[in-house]
Amino acid sequence: MTAVNGLDLEVFSGECFGLLGPNGAGKTTTVEILEGLTPSDEGTVEILGERWGKGDDRALRERLGVQLQETQLADKVTVVETLRLFRSFYQRGHDVDEVIHTVALEEKRNARVGKLSGGQRQRLAVACALVSDPELLFLDEPTTGLDPQARLSLWDIVEKFRAGGGTILLTTHYMEEASRLCDRVAIMDHGKVIALGTPAELIESLGADQIVEFSVTKELAEDALQRLPAVTHLHKRDGDYSLTVSEIGVALPALLAEIEQQQSEIVTLTTHQATLEDVFVSLTGRMLRDA
Amino acid sequence: MPEAKESHPLVELTLTRIREFLREKEAVFWVFVFPVLMTFALGIAFRNTAPDKTSVAIEAGDAKATETASLLSRSPEITAIVLSADEAARALRSGKVAIIVKPVDNRFEYRFDPTRPESRAARLLVDDVLQRGKGRADVVNVGEARITEPGARYVDFLVPGLIGMNMMGSGLWGLGFTVVIARSRKILKRFAATPMRRSHYLLSFMLSRLVFLVLEVAAVIIFASLAFGFTVRGSWLSVALTTILGGFTFSGIGLLVAARPTTIEGVSGLMNFIMLPMWLLSGTFFSSERFPQILQPFIQALPLTALNNVLRALMNEGASLSSNWIPIAILLLWCIVSFVVALKIFKWQ
Repeated sequence: MTAVNGLDLEVFSGECFGLLGPNGAGKTTTVEILEGLTPSDEGTVEILGERWGKGDDRALRERLGVQLQETQLADKVTVVETLRLFRSFYQRGHDVDEVIHTVALEEKRNARVGKLSGGQRQRLAVACALVSDPELLFLDEPTTGLDPQARLSLWDIVEKFRAGGGTILLTTHYMEEASRLCDRVAIMDHGKVIALGTPAELIESLGADQIVEFSVTKELAEDALQRLPAVTHLHKRDGDYSLTVSEIGVALPALLAEIEQQQSEIVTLTTHQATLEDVFVSLTGRMLRDA
Repeated sequence: MPEAKESHPLVELTLTRIREFLREKEAVFWVFVFPVLMTFALGIAFRNTAPDKTSVAIEAGDAKATETASLLSRSPEITAIVLSADEAARALRSGKVAIIVKPVDNRFEYRFDPTRPESRAARLLVDDVLQRGKGRADVVNVGEARITEPGARYVDFLVPGLIGMNMMGSGLWGLGFTVVIARSRKILKRFAATPMRRSHYLLSFMLSRLVFLVLEVAAVIIFASLAFGFTVRGSWLSVALTTILGGFTFSGIGLLVAARPTTIEGVSGLMNFIMLPMWLLSGTFFSSERFPQILQPFIQALPLTALNNVLRALMNEGASLSSNWIPIAILLLWCIVSFVVALKIFKWQ
């Protein structure tokens, strides 16, 4: 089975690069190929100027920090013991208590992993990746399943690492996460990159800054909607309409007039700034979350 | 600030193993308490007290029954009871008595199952007592010297076997489960993403097993010597070296078994498949010499047979290591081959 095909990406030193896409888009496979855990059938992967299997893999691993999507660290071992173990694998790295401070787990220093909350476990997983003082940090869906508070505190850790000059490759299916943390984003779907750029560039590529979503009592003629002024794109799904518009002040009155003209009535109507989610919808016709 | 390396990965990995084990209460029970309980139970069941008296039923019928019973009871080795025909038959079936004696006119009829050794012995004993009671005289004089050699009791035979079996069990279960759980929780994959040396990971299991082995073996030996007067006749150093080798061997086999499976069910099946023949054939509860000659080469090549044989020779006979070089070579071979193969085929994800 081919999970990823024809991927051509470059991550620059010192940036935070995001792979954004729905579950099953091939993000984890991509990251694991880069981490040297999964061999690729074709193509070349170059990490920090090295290639897997061509030189000294262990020396390369010394320079990487890895957080895997589903690792459940041993329950019976404490936070500090876990970190000491990971620290011992590396020639150089941070002091264990320093890393505990970075991820704000001081209070849980001697608690067993099994007693930690989901957010604390995830911070520990990231701490295990940071303890080697890596040049390049891989984070695979670091905040999936976390509550908003836990997510914010993890974002802080990532931003601190980035501010210290580290390079990050992050996968996520949360567009807020990608737009907040990443300098550049590659949007993936079905094992391919379908868009690449800074979050601002990608949103701009929609040719729009606002999205109007509405539903009505009676179905509307679609071609009439598409001809409305300032409307660049129409997307319809189960009776819900979504218009991509360049100037909300022009498009909205025209839309209201058109609805009245077609003898329909508005049930709901919302507008918002375009986001990466809208980029994904306009490229694939599906929502990120239910893709 | 990045600073120098703190401790050796092998030390940290081994410490983690030890912590994980000691914090798992069930595991501690099965490894330390269970073998001691087992030694106790089997030691009691098969303890060598004065040989039990032979129970004999006299079938009630006429006045001869009571007379016969009192005649037989004169022997210190016989307990005779008078029972009705039905009761006697039932007592024989259930093994409560070894033989039924039925007085018929001036003769006796013996009823017993010749396939039961104790019944055959009872027949000889009863016949002897009855014949003498009726006036038979011995033809020649015989003398007796009774010998109870320490190290020849069943419990002496049993303890080394239990130690061997326990080493196999804790090596395979302890390692197999830990590795497979770590694999299913993706911890192995996470380790594979670090510069950790893979051999260090596998070696840490062997080293941690060593620590517990000392305690595990000592628990059984100390208990057996306190409760049953068990003694180790050979040198302690040889016993220690053999248990270390045995521990390494079964850790290696445990790693080999756990090299591939990704589920607990998978590894359990595999472990039972490997351990079952050894439980049966390797002479834990009775000597493996009892199996047919044709099976012997196979049985002797099993690691548990080799370990049990060396332990028995050292503990019961006070033999030296060098006189047991064949089973030791067998163990060594199993140990090296299983570790090397495990390292080679080990799946990290």
